[in-house]
Amino acid sequence: MPELRYREALNAALREELARDERVMLMGEDIGVFGGAFKVTAGLLEEFGERRVRDTPISENTIVGIGVGAAMAGLRPVVELMTVNFALLAFDQIVNSAAHIHYMFGGQVTVPLVIRMPQGAGHQLGPTHSHCLEAMFLHVPGLLVAVPATPADAKGLLKTAIRDENPVIFIEHESLYGIRGEVPDGEDVTVDFGHARVARAGSDVTIVGVSRMALTAERAAETLAREHGVEAEVIDPRTLRPLDLDTILASVQKTNRCVVVEEGWPHGGVGANLAALVAEHAFDDLDGPIVRVSGADVPMPYSKPLEDIAFPHEPQIVQAALASLGRTPTDPDTRGAEPQPTQTATTPVGS
Amino acid sequence: MGDMPEPETAIEWLQTMTLIRRFEERAGEMYARAKIGGFLHLSIGEEATIVGSTRALRESDYLVSTYRSHGYALARGTEPERVMAELFGRVDGCCGGHGGSMHMFDLRRRFMGGYGIVGGNLPIATGIALGSDYTETDEVTLCTFGDGASNQGTFGETLNLAALWRLPVVFVVINNQFGMGTSLERHSAVTDLQRKGESLGVPGTRCDGMDVLDTHAVIAAAVERVREDCRPVLVEAVTYRFRGHSMADPEEYRSKEEVAHWRERDPIPAFGELLESEGILDAQGLQKLDRDAVARVDAAVEFAEASPFPASESLYEDIYVLDQNARGAYH
Repeated sequence: MPELRYREALNAALREELARDERVMLMGEDIGVFGGAFKVTAGLLEEFGERRVRDTPISENTIVGIGVGAAMAGLRPVVELMTVNFALLAFDQIVNSAAHIHYMFGGQVTVPLVIRMPQGAGHQLGPTHSHCLEAMFLHVPGLLVAVPATPADAKGLLKTAIRDENPVIFIEHESLYGIRGEVPDGEDVTVDFGHARVARAGSDVTIVGVSRMALTAERAAETLAREHGVEAEVIDPRTLRPLDLDTILASVQKTNRCVVVEEGWPHGGVGANLAALVAEHAFDDLDGPIVRVSGADVPMPYSKPLEDIAFPHEPQIVQAALASLGRTPTDPDTRGAEPQPTQTATTPVGS
Repeated sequence: MGDMPEPETAIEWLQTMTLIRRFEERAGEMYARAKIGGFLHLSIGEEATIVGSTRALRESDYLVSTYRSHGYALARGTEPERVMAELFGRVDGCCGGHGGSMHMFDLRRRFMGGYGIVGGNLPIATGIALGSDYTETDEVTLCTFGDGASNQGTFGETLNLAALWRLPVVFVVINNQFGMGTSLERHSAVTDLQRKGESLGVPGTRCDGMDVLDTHAVIAAAVERVREDCRPVLVEAVTYRFRGHSMADPEEYRSKEEVAHWRERDPIPAFGELLESEGILDAQGLQKLDRDAVARVDAAVEFAEASPFPASESLYEDIYVLDQNARGAYH
């Protein structure tokens, strides 16, 4: 199985889908001549031409709206927003148009649109350029939300997103573009939505990690096994909508403990949603409170030591897992851990 | 002023304007009787802009409107019964009761929707035009919006992009003199709206939106120019809405004299008189045309009344297209 970087896997998915279906076309800021701010679309303009790979002006709301209209007219547009932060400028089109048109117009038309964007902190970009906003998209009925954490899932889920009839918010992670992983070959190898990945089997505690936090949780699980004799089962939901709740519940039934980890803010977050669902569906299986680990409830600060403690790292997850097992006092304050070096970061080019 | 079309065509234009007028009047009554909920934005006074613009299109062309959407659906051929049933929130409404007054839609007639957010429809229309351009058809998309929408970010963003990519879209700004209750000179630094696209690479023209012949002539020329050159144009249709912004509008921002002044230019009697003076219809014919419109609206109300409300089980219908391979909870 070939090993690819996350960004190469995304690039391969786009290339294969462009080649497979004439209706697929890409739009976004600096995706063509520049090759993409994170080089995800590198080489595609040269290969497929200006008609199918389009550089756009810096007009986020309109780019998404044009994608909606083009999808209604029968194309399968893939819109790149340079980062999730700029999606805030496009919220009208994402919510009022992309998400609602199928319902609002009585099912007469579909919006097979993919909106790709990377998220995440760790590059000292401060409050306006470090968001993790999957919870905002998850909140909106009509959208599907994919959050791939591995190169294989990045490729397989993106191909599924492009082939799906619904609008899909496809959230990549700025810190993952450079990671490597095995990616199955073959243009029809896809990853279906709504199938969680059990990243690590274990019997003592279930840890659900979202987006990059799936990988951070895996590393925390190794530490838990090595240093604390705790076998954690790590689950990466891969898509938040549709959500493979069954796999999470089956794990909780086995472990009787649950930790949910996200990089975004705690209030109204993905972790809050998952914790509520687990409590509603598996209350009798739980031997203790569900523990949440999330980003700090602050705008992302610029200064490195502050940024480091403003989103979760392995120690917070280890501590949370131990707390769920009653091994240390429960401390819901996610800011408590020592600052840790961040993962190898991919600095956005030209941002 | 444009040329008078063939008699049959002229009569059809008057019929459609009259149908819209009678439909809107009745919708207002039904709203007052609480048969219709939410907001209700009527097109009374603006009928010539609707008929003049839609009659400039081929059946294969696309139409996108604002939340003032009933007249566009009717003009495009959606049955009044289906439009009224949508207003009543009934299962036989053109959107099954999911959309309401602001969100009419009829895919079969390429009426690609009324949109509730001011300026939100411009990029969507341009995306539809991108679809036509991409598939190398000669379809044109016509997008209407109000004078107020010309101040939204999407106006500048979309006109720039449409001009940059040479997309076949005709932008028609229906200048009815008010963005809700704020008059044109109080909301727009440039009140000559046809010029607002110039710096974005979109040339503009203007028509008298109270005159269906002029509106049709100017917009038809714009549509054919766009079809030919594949470059967007902006048309300003100068008009006036005789009623409030919506039914909830007490109209304290304008004088009765101003409304009366514009009502003297009511596009429907004006066109009717023209048809009479041209010998196309006589007084009896005009009366019958109006009676037929009233009868059609009566039938629409009867149909809407008889149509059931959507079943509770349908609440979750048409949110997602379910993928057979996907598992898990969509809700």
